[in-house]
Amino acid sequence: MQWTDFLKGVVQGREYPNDPELKKKAPELIANCPAPCFGYSVVNQTTVNTEIKEAFPVTFSIALAALIMWLAGGVFFGVIAAVKKGTLLDRGIVAGALVFYAFPAFFIGVFLLKFFAIKWQLVAIPEYVPIADGFGLWLQGLLLPGLTLALLYMAGYIRMTRAFVLESMSEDYVRTARAKGLKSRRVLVKHSMRAALTPLVTLVGLDFAALMGGAIITETVFNYNGLGKLAFDANTTYDLPTIIGLVILLGTFVIVANIIVDVLYAVIDPRVRVG
Amino acid sequence: MSSFLSVRDLKVHFPTVDGVVMATDGLSFELQRGKTLGIVGESGSGKSVSSSAILGLHRKSSAIVSGEIWLDGVDLLQISDEEMRRRRGKDVAMIFQDPLSAMHPYYTVGNQIAEAYLVHNNVSKKAAKKRAIEMLDRVGIPQPDRRVDDYPHQFSGGMRQRAMIAMGLINNPSLLIADEPTTALDVTVQAQILDLLQDLQKEFDSAVMIITHDLGVVAEMADDVLVMYAGRAVEYGKCKEILTHPEMPYTWGLLSSVPDVTGDTSAKLIPIPGNPPSLLNPPSGCAFHPRCTHMDKVPGDLCRTEMPELVPGVSAGEHLKRCHLANPDEIYATEILPEIAPELVEEK
Repeated sequence: MQWTDFLKGVVQGREYPNDPELKKKAPELIANCPAPCFGYSVVNQTTVNTEIKEAFPVTFSIALAALIMWLAGGVFFGVIAAVKKGTLLDRGIVAGALVFYAFPAFFIGVFLLKFFAIKWQLVAIPEYVPIADGFGLWLQGLLLPGLTLALLYMAGYIRMTRAFVLESMSEDYVRTARAKGLKSRRVLVKHSMRAALTPLVTLVGLDFAALMGGAIITETVFNYNGLGKLAFDANTTYDLPTIIGLVILLGTFVIVANIIVDVLYAVIDPRVRVG
Repeated sequence: MSSFLSVRDLKVHFPTVDGVVMATDGLSFELQRGKTLGIVGESGSGKSVSSSAILGLHRKSSAIVSGEIWLDGVDLLQISDEEMRRRRGKDVAMIFQDPLSAMHPYYTVGNQIAEAYLVHNNVSKKAAKKRAIEMLDRVGIPQPDRRVDDYPHQFSGGMRQRAMIAMGLINNPSLLIADEPTTALDVTVQAQILDLLQDLQKEFDSAVMIITHDLGVVAEMADDVLVMYAGRAVEYGKCKEILTHPEMPYTWGLLSSVPDVTGDTSAKLIPIPGNPPSLLNPPSGCAFHPRCTHMDKVPGDLCRTEMPELVPGVSAGEHLKRCHLANPDEIYATEILPEIAPELVEEK
């Protein structure tokens, strides 16, 4: 069976468009598609590369905004919880993290959209604006979807940062640092937190790579045409070339992220360096 | 009282959900400048906990420290945390047991040594690094100007311990606490490190507390010996006196457990039976009584019911012991010595 026959079978009778103009254009589009070309999406009547090219900046922006928010919040609250271990503040932070951890993205997303944007009108109804059209507008558009994802991931990062910092605080070298007479803040930042960095970097790399594949629910809730929404739509319309393209892309992200994390290990930990 | 370091009735208690762990319970000792005190005991006898208390390393949230620690006329338990921090590493320094885990793997040796100097002296980073190189040279690291930029994992075990000593001594502390400084090292390297410590002690006229379970180290280094068991001193006195006329069955047990490579091979190694007691729920009376083989020589049930006081021993000299035995010197001479060192008995 030919590859094209297989495709035809899966797309279930969807043919190249009847529009003679487009019918002529399709082979040309594929011919001009830069390698590696993921093929032609019959449903969207364009090459998969073009689709990805349009959707990628949206997803990347959301993922980046979310990453910055969740890292800042996760590390900040996690370190505070570790330092104040056993106090009411610590318990409050851990409990709050647990609550957010339990909320699904569609709940937080719809909640933020409904109350913050529509009912109370604290922010404009989010809409993706390319960064070229203005940095401020771009940021504004990313606020709610970014926050939705950030709240979700932050909860996990608070708990993990707390655990990593607590673990490093019981290390012998932290006791040495205290025995030298260093101020407790310096012991925390230079000695404890530096040691907690390695496991955090691993997690950040993998989580960011997974998010780059598209945050399906968040993008659907806010109606952002990112990779996640593209994947969702492709799945519901049996758009196989698009699905294949997206899977390959996501796999690549994960591999690249792993390589970057491995390189970062060497930057963080001198024992990993060669020679 | 003009002792340089004077610890009185030091107690370190850790409250836990199961009850209070009495890691150190009423410890007292004195130490002069230029002298060395050896603290001996099994794991979990409270040696390290007591020395950490002198440095103020216990977190207030987890430990209750009480008593008096007079260092050069100041009670370290009365001063503020900030004041204590300023003394830590400057007046009192500590060398830890396992130099691989006691040094941060992500920073160079030079960085970590210089850090100890920078925090107590208002100098530039460059000057601190120069001082670190000087110290590395002083403790016998070859090519110190090159090795200063190495990471701890690039050092050998002995060199790491030398670097730890350099870190501890960089501010010329008047009191140095060495917590099992040679336990993680080869025997040949042990001797070098001990020699180095003695040289540096003479040079800086420091008081040294050496914590160990190795009686060989004690015999080599210490002027005074404090034997600890279950958080308390059970025997305390001049080193020579304790090693030649021990009066407490626990000390006998420690001496019997030391292998002697030069002596008679018929000498037996006799381990102390049982395990160290729980500090959460210490035995009644003498804490050592469940493991003591000489309990039958004490009339009545005294060992089980009453904690003996730390009192002067029967032999001459400054020697305190915590034991109910009335004639420990006789028992030692007739029962213990023939077992562990028969050649000494024949000489007599």
